[in-house]
Amino acid sequence: MSPTALELAAAVRTAERSARDAVAASIEAIAAGDGAIHAFVEVLADRALARAEQIDAAVAAGSDPGPLAGVPVALKDNLCTRGVPTTCASRILGTWCPPYDATVVERLERAGAVVVGKTNMDEFAMGSSTENSCFGPTRNPRDHARVPGGSSGGSAAAVAAGFVPLALGSDTGGSIRQPAAFCGVVGVKPTYGLVSRYGLVAFASSLDQIGPFAATVADAAAALAAIAGHDERDSTSLSDPVPELAAAVGRGVLGRRIGVVKELVDGVDRPVAARAREAAEAMAAAGATVEEVSIPQLRYGLAAYYLLAPAEASSNLARFDGVRYGLRVDAPDASAMNVATRTEGFGAEVKRRIMLGTYALSAGYYDAYYARAQRVRTLVAQGFGRAFATFDALLGATTPTTAFALAERTENPLAMYLSDTCTVPASLAGIPAISVPFGADPAGLPVGVQVMAPALGESTLFAVAGALERAAPPERRP
Amino acid sequence: MTGLPDGWEVVVGLEVHCELATATKLFCGCANAFGAEPNTNVCPVCLGLPGSLPVLNRRAVELAMRIGVALGARIAPSVFHRKNYFYPDMPKDFQISQYDAPINRGGRLELPDGTVVGIERAHLEEDTGKTTHVGGTGRIGGADRALVDYNRAGVPLVEIVSAPDIRSAAQARAYVAELRAILVATGASDGRMEEGSLRVDANVSVRRPGGPLGTRCEIKNLNSMRSLGRAIEFEAARQIAQCAAGGQVVQETRHWDEDRGETVPMRSKEEAEDYRYFPEPDLVPLEPDQRWQAEVAASIGPLPAERRVRLLHLLGAAPTPAQAEQVRSVVASDLDALVVAACEHGAPASLALARTANEVAAEPSSAARLDPAAFATLLVLEASGELATSQSKQVLAELLATGGDPAEIARRLGFEPMDRGELAGVIEQVIAEHPEDWARFAGGEDKVRGPLIGAVRKATGNKADPAAVGRYLDERRARGS
Ligand SMILES: [Zn+2]
Repeated sequence: MSPTALELAAAVRTAERSARDAVAASIEAIAAGDGAIHAFVEVLADRALARAEQIDAAVAAGSDPGPLAGVPVALKDNLCTRGVPTTCASRILGTWCPPYDATVVERLERAGAVVVGKTNMDEFAMGSSTENSCFGPTRNPRDHARVPGGSSGGSAAAVAAGFVPLALGSDTGGSIRQPAAFCGVVGVKPTYGLVSRYGLVAFASSLDQIGPFAATVADAAAALAAIAGHDERDSTSLSDPVPELAAAVGRGVLGRRIGVVKELVDGVDRPVAARAREAAEAMAAAGATVEEVSIPQLRYGLAAYYLLAPAEASSNLARFDGVRYGLRVDAPDASAMNVATRTEGFGAEVKRRIMLGTYALSAGYYDAYYARAQRVRTLVAQGFGRAFATFDALLGATTPTTAFALAERTENPLAMYLSDTCTVPASLAGIPAISVPFGADPAGLPVGVQVMAPALGESTLFAVAGALERAAPPERRP
Repeated sequence: MTGLPDGWEVVVGLEVHCELATATKLFCGCANAFGAEPNTNVCPVCLGLPGSLPVLNRRAVELAMRIGVALGARIAPSVFHRKNYFYPDMPKDFQISQYDAPINRGGRLELPDGTVVGIERAHLEEDTGKTTHVGGTGRIGGADRALVDYNRAGVPLVEIVSAPDIRSAAQARAYVAELRAILVATGASDGRMEEGSLRVDANVSVRRPGGPLGTRCEIKNLNSMRSLGRAIEFEAARQIAQCAAGGQVVQETRHWDEDRGETVPMRSKEEAEDYRYFPEPDLVPLEPDQRWQAEVAASIGPLPAERRVRLLHLLGAAPTPAQAEQVRSVVASDLDALVVAACEHGAPASLALARTANEVAAEPSSAARLDPAAFATLLVLEASGELATSQSKQVLAELLATGGDPAEIARRLGFEPMDRGELAGVIEQVIAEHPEDWARFAGGEDKVRGPLIGAVRKATGNKADPAAVGRYLDERRARGS
C-alpha cells in the first residue's frame, strides 16, 4: 500500500524521505503501469524531478516546504500549465502551450506539491467514460475491460492505480464524482466559487468546478485546502473564508441530521442502492439522525443540465476558430478556414453538444429551452434548499451503475448521459458534493456513495465523508 | 446642404460607440492606448486564451455611470451578456456586451437650439480588434491575407442609443457634437473621432410628415461629422427615390463609402446573424449602490450647456451668430475655462473668446499650457491699442509656443507700442500733408478713412496700431476741429 499524501508530506517535511525519491517512485510507477491504463497524456519527469530537488533544498535550508511538500500530483489536461501542452484531449488545441499557470496549479505548487503529469479526459470534459479523447481511452485500474468514468477518468485512474496520491479534475455535471465512484477513490466537487476557475479551459462556466481526487478523505481535504479560496482573477470566486476542512474529517456525525435522497437511491442499480442504504445505516449507527427525504425536482435536473451545459459550451468553444492558436486547416477565406478547422479538430461528442447548445440559444427557441432550463435549475436549487432546512447533509448514490464496459455506451449518447443523473443536481445547485468509496458490487467493482451539503458546507461534507470512510467495508483489492 | 423634396421627412436614430478614457481595458490590466505597435497591449484575457476569465474594470463602470448621469439616465442593476458571432478580430468569437439589462436606461440630450433627443440606453461593452486586409486588391474578399491587431480588443466602450428623434443631417451632426462635448466634459472619453474614439451608426428611414415610421436602414462606417451628414443626406434621398418610384425600402445594413459618396448594402436582415445572447456566466451582475452612484454624480463638473450659458453671460450683449458658434466650439474643445480665467484677469470677453476659439484652439497641444494671466495681459495690450491685431496674434503664437511675458515678447519682436503723444504728432503731420483727403473725411466720406490710416502706418514704419489711428481720426472729426 503506497503512503497517503499526508504521510508522504510529513516524511518529506522531516527529511525522513526526500521529495526526489517520492517523485521518482511516482514516475517509475507510471512508467511501469500506465501502458495498460493510459491515465496520462504527458509525464513531466525532468521538470518534476527538478522541482522535487528544490523542495529538498528548501527542507535542508530549514524553510517551510509547504503542507503538501514532495507530494506527486496529476492534473487533468484542461488545467493550464505554463509552457506545457494543455490539450483538453482535443485535436483542435494540438500542442498549444499556455503562457500561464492555472490558479490551482500555482497554489498546489506553493503548497509544495509536484506536478508529475497531465491526465487523459473526455474531449473538453464532455463525456462520462474518458473514451472521447483524441489520445484514445483510459482503462479502469480495477478492471481493464471497463471505463474509468469521465470526464476526469485519467485523474481518477492515476490515483486508483497508485501512480499518484493526489490528482485534480474538473466537475461540470459529475466529472469528478462519477469517475471517483467507478475507480474506487474519493472525489470532491466543491461549492461553486470556492476554487478559482482561472486557467481551467471552460466547458460550462456556470457549472465547472475544479476539485481533488485522493485515496483518502483526509488527503482530499488537504488538497482542497491547498487550492480553495478567493482569487481576484475569477469574478465568480467567493470571497467568504474557506470552511474548515482537515479538522472536520475526524469529527464524526453524532447528532447530525442526514437525509437519504429517495430520487438518488430508488432509481439506481440494485447493488449500488444496497450500498447507499448500508451507508445510511452506518451513519445512523455512528450517531446521526437518518431519514429519507424526497426532492422531486431532481428528476428534471438531467434534462435542464443537457440544455444549459451545451448552451454555454457552444459559446465557450467558439474561440477555437483556427485564427490564433492550435489547429488551422487552410481554406480560401476566414469563414471556410473556420469551418474546416472545427470540422477536423473537434470530435463527434463535442460537435453534438455545440449543435445542441447553439440550438437551445437560437432566436425562437431560447425561451422554450435555455430560459426554461434556467427555471428548472432554480427549482432544483430551491428543492435542495428546502431539504437543507431539515438536514445538515444529504446522501445518495453517486452513479446509477458501477463501471461499464469499454465501448458499451459509445454508440448511445443518451445512455451515456444517464450516467450523470445522480451527480448533475448538486452541480445545478452549486452545492458541494463528494463521492466516497463504499463497498463493491457482486463483480467486485467499487461503489461510490455521494454526500451533499449546503453551499460552503464543506466542513459538514468532510465530517460525513470521514465517517463513511471509517464505516466502509474493508477493501477487497484484486 | 441639399434639402429633401417637399412632403418627405427623414427620421434618424443614432448609435454612438464611445471608447472610454480608462488607463486599462474593460476586463484585463492591458493598457488602453491608441497607436501602439500591433499586438503589444495584449494578455491571455484580451486574447481570449483558453482558461482566461474577465474581471470588470471599476473605472470603466464609473465613466459609464458619468455618461448616464450627464444624459439624465436611470442607473440600473445590469447584467453582461454574450453576443455570439464569428469574426477573426474578436478573440473569443463572442463580445461581452449588455443586452436587456443595460447600466443606463432612458435619458435625454438637449441640443443647443433647444431640440430634445431622447436617449434609449447607454450600455457597456468591449471593443474588438482590427483587421487589415493585405495583398491582392486589399479589399475584403480580394485580399491575399488578413492581419489582426488585438490591441483594441477589450477596450471599454459605451454605446449610446438615441431615440429616432432626429429629423435632419444637420441635427444629427449637432447631436453628435453635443454628445461629444458631454463625453469630453465628463472625462468619459477624449472624443477623438479621427482616432476612432467615437464611432457612429445611423438608423435612417423616411416618411410623410406625421405618417407612420418607414423601414429603416442602418448605416455603418461614419467616421467623421462630414461622413455622418453626407451619408444621411444620401440615404434619405435614396430611400425617397425608391418610395417615389413605387418601390419599398428593404431593411438592411449599409456601408458608407466615403470615396464614392454613397451607401452600399452589407447584408440584409433576413440573412442577419442570430447573436444567441445569453447572460455572461463568467461575470456577476453589476449593481452600483446608491453611495457609489452619488459619488459619481458629485464627481461631474458643469455640463456643456451650463458652461455655454456662463460664457454668454460674460459676453453681456446678445451674441452675434459668429460668437454663438465660438461659444459652442470653445466649450466642445474644453477651452472655456481659459476664456473665463482670462476675463477674470481683465481681458475683454469677446476678444478672449475669439482668440481662444481660433488661434488657441488651433494649437490644442499648447493650449493647456497657456497661462491665463499672460493671455489676459496680451489681450488688454491689444484692446488698449498698444498692440495691433496682427501684432497681438504674433505675440500669442509665441506665447503658445514658449510662454513668457507678452510685453517682453512684443518688445523682442519689435512691436514697441507708440507713445500716444508721438502718434498724435505723426497723425497731425499726415493730415497736414493730405488736406484734401482730410476735408473729404471730415465731410463724412468714410471711404478715405482707410487710406488715411494707411498713410499714418506708412509714416510710422507700420508700428502704429490701425485701430488706434482710426479712433484718433474719428475723435478729431467728432470734435469738428
Ligand atoms: Zn489584456
